Amino acid sequence: MANAEGGPIRTLLLVGVIAAAAAFAISASHEFSKDRIAANRRARLIASLNSVLDPALRDRDLATVRISVTDKELLGGGEPVDVYVAEDEGQPVAAVFATARTEGYNSTIHLLIGVSRDGVLTGVRAVSHRETPGLGDAIDVQKSKWITHFDGKSLASPARERWAVDKDDGDFDSITGATVTSRAVVKGVKNALLYFERHRDELFSAAAAARSHADAEQ
Amino acid sequence: MQNSNGLREVVAVGFWRDNPALVQLLGLCPLLAVTTSVVNGLALGLATSSVLVVTNTVISIMRRALVPLVRIPLYVLIVASLVTCVDLLSNALLDDLHETLGLFIPLIVTNCALLAQAETVASRRPVHEALLGGLATGLGFTAVLAALGALREVFGHGTLFAGMPMLVGERAAGLEVHLPFGGMLVAILPPGAFFGLAALLALRSWLTRERAARTPAAAPASAEAAQ
Repeated sequence: MANAEGGPIRTLLLVGVIAAAAAFAISASHEFSKDRIAANRRARLIASLNSVLDPALRDRDLATVRISVTDKELLGGGEPVDVYVAEDEGQPVAAVFATARTEGYNSTIHLLIGVSRDGVLTGVRAVSHRETPGLGDAIDVQKSKWITHFDGKSLASPARERWAVDKDDGDFDSITGATVTSRAVVKGVKNALLYFERHRDELFSAAAAARSHADAEQ
Repeated sequence: MQNSNGLREVVAVGFWRDNPALVQLLGLCPLLAVTTSVVNGLALGLATSSVLVVTNTVISIMRRALVPLVRIPLYVLIVASLVTCVDLLSNALLDDLHETLGLFIPLIVTNCALLAQAETVASRRPVHEALLGGLATGLGFTAVLAALGALREVFGHGTLFAGMPMLVGERAAGLEVHLPFGGMLVAILPPGAFFGLAALLALRSWLTRERAARTPAAAPASAEAAQ
């Protein structure tokens, strides 16, 4: 390989050419993928919102407005939480917390929580967590139906002091071997409902304002 | 004739004799992490293979121009940009699968099997041999990932081929097999990956030894490969 040593110029040139080719390949793939990736992300979001909405509202072309709220005490930590307010013909019909956080056994559990206008839960899903496989991961709807027991519950039923797992004299069964995880989920859902109860009108008016703002821009 | 023997040799070395996962023990991090089901193993294997084939080809085409001083950074640059492309394209076209494999597609960059191939095969061999070697190595890696995925899926979940539609479309939904037991959790947990890999390593050693015993002439070479 007589030419293998090369001079510094040749080396630089080679590196430059390869870097330029690499940059071109990446920007071409990005160009090709970005719309599809955005569409996939949107479809995933819609699918996940639908999974916790009232069945009567699913698959309808609801206008959703995203607002960002923060509540250190009720929504887990100081980070903002996205709340999607679904509107049907201009009237707010439901809100979806995406996602409220609660501290589980191993990790923070992210809960997707759907609440109807009158404060009744329409669905809860654990969307990301690192709870113990085989025990705490029963909060995944694929693994067990446990998390669907929240459907139709509200702060009135059961009464708010009964919002706890059975071991703490509450109305919710705990998952066998995963009391801490169950407790965390019940608490997270209850807190989100408390937040919704206190701030519902603010949420809905913020959503209406955001929507009229978006409409005005169009 | 000589030539086709040479190519056969390249394939045999890549797929079996120097199998990245079972002999060189390279790329074990993704191997152990994603093989909780056949479909995950297969998908990561195929992604790795596609990167391997392209990097091997590109590096082989440029092998005379590569300056030895900067060859390693260049390998890394080429591998990293290709992996980025695969990551973007799989996110666009195979979204569900991309969601499952998540972090492990970008991590293909750190798979030492790719650098090993670039250094030992692609930078020394003509293009067709490098391409074939990359393909054989990639498929060897894929086979081990899929086998380990199958073992862990059967013992851990009691299913086989669950989730295949994510990779090959809805037609594959009928492939899913449910076995009459619920599965043992340990097979899905990280230790299960080590047990499964150990079983595959033992199987390969045994096969190699059996073959060596049957053909005494080839014994020294095979025995060496087994070590």
